[in-house]
Amino acid sequence: MISLAGRDIMHAWGKFVFTGIGLGLLIGVTLTMAGVYRGMVDDAKALLDNSGADLWVVQKDTLGPYAESSSVNDDAYRGILGMPGVERAANVTYLTMQVRRGDADVRAMVVGTVSGGPGEPGQPGYLVAGRRITAGHYEAVADIASGFHLGERIQIRKNIFTVVGLTRRMVSSSGDPMVFIPLKDAQEAQFLKDNDAIVQQRRRTVENQALNRLGVPGLLEALIASQSVNPYVNAVLVQIKPGFEPDDVAEPIRRWKRLQVYTRAQMEKILVGKLIATSARQIGMFLVILAIVSAAIVAFIIYTLTLGKIREIAVLKLIGTRNRTIAMMILQQAIGLGVIGFVVGKIAATFWAPIFPKYVLLEPGDAVRGFAAVVVICVLSSVLAIRAALKVDPAEAIGG
Amino acid sequence: MKTKGIKISGLRKRYGKGETAVDALKGVDMEVAAGEVVGLIGPSGSGKSTLLKCLGAVIEPTAGQMTLGDDVIYEDGWKISDLRALRRDKIGFVFQAPYLIPFLDVTDNVALLPMLAGRPNNESRQRAHELLKALEVDHRARAMPSHLSGGEQQRVAIARALINRPPVILADEPTAPLDSERALAVIRILNQMARQYETAIIVVTHDEKIVPTFRRIYHIRDGRTHEEAGEGRAFE
Repeated sequence: MISLAGRDIMHAWGKFVFTGIGLGLLIGVTLTMAGVYRGMVDDAKALLDNSGADLWVVQKDTLGPYAESSSVNDDAYRGILGMPGVERAANVTYLTMQVRRGDADVRAMVVGTVSGGPGEPGQPGYLVAGRRITAGHYEAVADIASGFHLGERIQIRKNIFTVVGLTRRMVSSSGDPMVFIPLKDAQEAQFLKDNDAIVQQRRRTVENQALNRLGVPGLLEALIASQSVNPYVNAVLVQIKPGFEPDDVAEPIRRWKRLQVYTRAQMEKILVGKLIATSARQIGMFLVILAIVSAAIVAFIIYTLTLGKIREIAVLKLIGTRNRTIAMMILQQAIGLGVIGFVVGKIAATFWAPIFPKYVLLEPGDAVRGFAAVVVICVLSSVLAIRAALKVDPAEAIGG
Repeated sequence: MKTKGIKISGLRKRYGKGETAVDALKGVDMEVAAGEVVGLIGPSGSGKSTLLKCLGAVIEPTAGQMTLGDDVIYEDGWKISDLRALRRDKIGFVFQAPYLIPFLDVTDNVALLPMLAGRPNNESRQRAHELLKALEVDHRARAMPSHLSGGEQQRVAIARALINRPPVILADEPTAPLDSERALAVIRILNQMARQYETAIIVVTHDEKIVPTFRRIYHIRDGRTHEEAGEGRAFE
């Protein structure tokens, strides 16, 4: 049977293609928004994957170290290493800040780790250039997304670091690139005061008679010494021995070390369910609005196209064309417009996604769901036009 | 008179109810034989369009009888349930403007009805081509309607009306947009097709230049028809 919709589209292909391109750009934005959300989730999972940990040991009653701040003594890992099922444990600090690079700065998550080989908790899993940190101080490994180069000198707080290695896909849950530095430097950076503040703090300590006691030699010096170091880390990352279940290893640490322990599943829930939940709802709202706008545009276009053919529709009805045939013509045109729009949108999203500053993950599953949504929207949008067409009186074709 | 084409008797049509009711047709009688072309003439508001709509099964008369061939299709109510199929298979329409489908070429405009009815495309196009040849527009078979002259478009519209070989064709002011020469050519073609395909053709017109071409004319005034012999001179 002849396809009236196909013939109409072929006849006025320019109008359909240009309308489809306009709609396609809107669909491209919609697919990109979904990709932004997927990218955020993927960043969160990448953060957990890249930490190389099975368990996260953090301060009690906190959701640290990513969703809330957490302080754990930096010698706590020794006791944790002795717990049943623990293979390896390593201190780690996380500090999101502006890392200076000449006159400019880069938003980055600075990670303090204990030097170790690949597979150690907290270490970057692999390098794409350079080497790992070998010196005890002032060396850094940076994610390539930071834009740093090998040998480049960067400033974290008042210290200068040399970039000795580059890694890839090591990002925070916000998508900020990671910069790995030695743990001691990171601890210092996290709590380091400026010289004036240190002088003021020492003056206050000296003037405090409860601390500066006559007859207790060495007390004041010990106090000042303790104030100038930071014995805390944000978390201890734990790898468990083969054959042990994460929950079974976590429970004794919670009980005996009085610390909070999260398994991978729990941490993923915190990151995806809490940390990016608001952003996800925000994007969800955008998706809903974009879907409504797309539907309105398709409905308006198809309705206008149909009104332009009222006389032809009246003639078709008069000469005996079924209502179903006319409805199918309009429906097929709406779907055709949607298909053109989807193809344009998918291509556009694929091309512009890499340009976005944050990771945009276009999943094939989202594309399939998006296509189904476009078809459904087009079908619903054509209802108005179909109703208008079916209301056309065949008598309109006859004058008088 | 030869075999029956279409016959109507006592056809009435009332619009509205009660005091505001208007009788557009007050008992129309008409008979057109197969192979005959008759004119239907009347001033504006005389009931021409209403009669045409009743004949075309587009609106339902209020009373009377309509017979198409040997079948009574209306007698104080439709006797056929599927009026759409009746229009498709038994009635051809030619309009003042050709109203060809702009996105179909000439052949497919003519072959559209049988194709939509599910007949094979090739067979439908073959039949369309035969009609186009008979109407001498087969050389424009692949052209789009917008590329045809007014006379060519009207001939294509006539071919479309004939594609299902209906027993009756209703032509509503088919020559209105045409000059005298082309208008007469269209009437000549309608006469030719009526004879060739044994079709009864009713031409609604107030085009003075084609009135003398009819052998029989129905005048309609105030919802009633009066038959009179025409000159029929153009084709004698």
